[in-house]
Order: sequence, then C-alpha cells, then structure tokens
Amino acid sequence: MVGGAGQEQLQSAGVSPLYDEPPIIEVRDLGISYGGKPALRSASFDIYRHEIFGIIGPANSGKTSFLRALNRMDDFTTGMKVRGSIHINGKDVNDWRNLYALRSRIGVVFPLPVGLPLSVYDNVAFSPRLRGIRGKAELDDVVERCLTRAALWDEVKDRLDSLGSLLSGGQQQRLTIARALSQEPELLLLDEFSIAVDPVTTMRIEDVLKDLRSELTIVLVTNLVQQARRLADRTAFFLMGEVVEIGATEDLFEGSVKDERTTGYIEGRYG
Amino acid sequence: MFTATALNRRSHRNQSVAKAVFCLMTVALVIPVLLILGTLVVKGAPAISWDFLFTAPTNNMTAGGIFPALVGTIWLVVVALLASVPVGVAAALYLSEYAPDNLLTRAINLAIVNLAGVPSIVHALFGFGAFVLFFNMGASILAASLTLAVMTLPVVIVATRESLQAVPHAFREACWNMGATRWQTIRKVVLPNSISGILTGVILEVSRTSGETAPIMFTGATAFLAFLPESVFDQTMAMSYHLFYIATQVPDAPEELTYGVALVLIGIVLMMNAVSIAFRVYLRGLKKW
Repeated sequence: MVGGAGQEQLQSAGVSPLYDEPPIIEVRDLGISYGGKPALRSASFDIYRHEIFGIIGPANSGKTSFLRALNRMDDFTTGMKVRGSIHINGKDVNDWRNLYALRSRIGVVFPLPVGLPLSVYDNVAFSPRLRGIRGKAELDDVVERCLTRAALWDEVKDRLDSLGSLLSGGQQQRLTIARALSQEPELLLLDEFSIAVDPVTTMRIEDVLKDLRSELTIVLVTNLVQQARRLADRTAFFLMGEVVEIGATEDLFEGSVKDERTTGYIEGRYG
Repeated sequence: MFTATALNRRSHRNQSVAKAVFCLMTVALVIPVLLILGTLVVKGAPAISWDFLFTAPTNNMTAGGIFPALVGTIWLVVVALLASVPVGVAAALYLSEYAPDNLLTRAINLAIVNLAGVPSIVHALFGFGAFVLFFNMGASILAASLTLAVMTLPVVIVATRESLQAVPHAFREACWNMGATRWQTIRKVVLPNSISGILTGVILEVSRTSGETAPIMFTGATAFLAFLPESVFDQTMAMSYHLFYIATQVPDAPEELTYGVALVLIGIVLMMNAVSIAFRVYLRGLKKW
C-alpha cells in the first residue's frame, strides 16, 4: 500500500505536519481571474507547516493560478486580478511592503525546467547573490549543498562552468530545484514538476521532496493522481476553478470522499 | 503500393515550379546589386588613392580628395549615435520590460513604427525648424546629428525591442519568482542575451546614418570647407552630401572622381554591415539556449 509506505517514511524522518500550530498559509475566499475570466472561485483552506499539500485536477482548474497568487505574480501579469485574501505566516500577501523579500523565501519549480542561460554554478548562486552573499567560499558551499540536496551534484560537479540550459531535461529540472533550495525557502511550490522528466528521475526527486518535508512546507500541484497519493499528506481536488474537496490523502484515495466528482477523477473516469 | 498517384506527381511538379520561381527572383535581386557595385568599382577604383582619401578637394572640387567629407561623416555618425543609442535602448527597455500592455503602450509602439516611415526630407525640415532655428544651434554638426538621431531612433528602438522579446519569457518569470526585481532580471539575464541584437541595430543605424543626405542638407552639411570641424558647433562636409553636390552642382567634375566618392561611401556602408555580420556570428556563438 503506497500511502502506508509514505506514512512510515514520514514517521522515520521524525517529522509530521504541524496541524496543531497556526497554518503557514491561510486562504480565504480567494478568487482569481484573468481579464474578467475566472480561473479560481472562492477558495478557502489552510496549509500547515511541514506538510506536503497536494493539488490535483485537470487542466484549467486553477491550480497554477493559485501558485501564482501565492507568489504575488499578479504584479507581473497584465489582467490578472486576485480577490479575497492569502495570509502567509499570518500576514496578508497584499500587505507585504517588500514583495521581493516575500518571493525570495518562496521557491518555485515550473512544469518545464528553466535553466537560466547562465552557468550551472551561477544558476544556483543567483538567489544567494541577490541576498547579498558575495564570498566565494560561502557561495561554493551553498552551491554544493543545494546541488547535492537536489540529487544533481555528482553529475555536474565537474562542469559547474558549463551552461545550465545545456543540461538534459531531467538535470535541468533538478537544477531548478537546487536553485529553489538556494533561496532557503520556507515554502516550496512545485507545478507539475515531472512533466518533462523521466520516471526514474521523478522518483529521485520525489525522494528528495520527502526528505525536504522536515525543513519546509511544500505545495505540490500535479497532474499525476498517483504522485499526490505517494507524496501528499493532504490533497485538494480543484475542478474548473472550484475547490471540490480537501482531505487527508489516504481518505481521498480510500473511498471516504464526499463528492462524486472527486471519485470520478481519481478513478480516471475523466480529466 | 508505393507507386506515385496522379496527385503525388502533381505535387512534385508544383514543388519544382515553386522552387524555380523563388530561385529566379533571388537571381533577379542579385543582378542590380552586382551592376551597381561593378560599375562603381570599374569607374571609381582608378580615382582611389592615399591622396584621394587624405587630402581636401581642390580646383572648385574638380580635383583633390575627400578628407574633410570623410572626417565630417565620422563626426556626424558618432554624435548621432551618442544621442540616439542611449535614448533608443532605454525607451525599448521601458516599452518591452516595464510598460503595461495597454492602449497607450500600443499607441506609442505604433507611433514609433510610423516615425520609421516618415520620409527623410520631412525629418530634414523638422530638424531645420527645431534644432537649427528653434533651439538656435545654427547649421552645425550638432543639429545635423540630432536630426539623423531622430530619424534613426525607430531603427534602434525596434531592433532593441525585438531582441529583448526574443529572450524567452520563462527566464524572466524564473528570476521574478526568486525575488529579483525587474532591473536585476534585465541586467543579469535579459540584456546579456539580447546584446547581439541590440548591437546589430546600432550598426544598421550607423550604415543608414552615414548614407543619408537630405537630413543634413539644411542642418549642418556644407558643400566645401577647407578645414576640418573642431567642435559639434561647426559646420562640416559629409560624404553623402559631397557626392550629391559634385554630381549635380559641379558639371566639370571628372566622372572618375564622382564614382570614386560613391565607391568610398558604399565601401563605408558595406564595411559597417560586414562588421555587423561578423559581430552577430560571434555573439550567436555565445548564445546560451
């Protein structure tokens, strides 16, 4: 039983989601639209520290829009409107005076890997440098640590100077994860990270994510229902801009579902 | 099973016809270029010598060299670049990286494209009215260069904007998501990857600026000066205007001289283009995705 195995691993890591403490993310009545076209409607839920929060659902159900709203990407997106509220660490993301400080603590991984047209080293050192870290030794240290965590170090340690954008797809995606980790994020947002990655690499990254849970909170948007089942503590089902259901992943996959549509999607009847 | 049908054969024939037509058009395009260059080289080359390049015209411009015009053209181009490149690149950066995509931005973009379509004689008269008279610069290198700068601004802006927009949007999103500001993103990722296109635009501008005649006629070029300009407030000779002048106003100028001037002028432009192409090839080698 996959869910059970995940549970054991969690316990062996000695960390479980902190459901008793105030949530790291509080979403209240969140609505997102692009040029008047709604992408997400009145969503309300909480995400807790050290949790992997899975979001599943077919295309156009508002999953990515939610991630973009968390990171205040509406600032950079013409026509994107966000109503309702998102609190991170108890503070409304709209009240953040320095948004760059907010974004710098949120790591994002995209569906298609984005190796910046810089060297492997500079890709990972990008964010530390933004934070003002200049010392060579300190940067070397961060780069090695993050690449190791992302299970990429052994493959690139001899060519840190070559271009990040020339790595293979799977390597670039791990580079993107290393870059996200270099931000020392409190929150890691993964948007269908395994779309362009082979199954073996996917599994390696999934193992990395399980380990990371002890350090940070992960929001995992995925097209793969089974991936949510393997990784997520709780899973939300988004459908056409509506949050249909949120529950413990085990419950969702073992029948105690409130909404007929959720069962239909999980069992692959549509989507 | 693998025999060609009538449709296959017809497609194949059409394809051959299309290819022949395109090839013919390409040849037709090359002919005038070769004719012009050939004529210039055959008739102008005998005139070209060290003295021709480095002495001033003599005998009412029927003999001597082109040195003051050569120097004047360099002055005009350099001052025009100094005026238009910073403005053009900054404007393109704003339009492409900062400006919201709204009606005003689109109107401005449209205006820039239209500015590129304004005939050069209109620019000339504008420059005369604005720089020479209104800003009281008089006929000078400054007024002429500014007129050229206004005329070539759209070239710089459009080339810069296009090369900025050729940088994939995903790179910007990745940087923004890490907490980089727009400016940090531009400086570290966007500009390094669009610089080759921007430089190409600049060099295009150089070759266009060095060849234009109308905009400088009223604003700073003069038919004959025995001395070289010493500051941007002086008038100057220029290659393009010199060619126009000896071809139309000096009936007894030897044919060889006129062709020689034209050859040097086109040589300058071709050289600039060659530099541009070499640059592009070099920078494309550095391209990072």
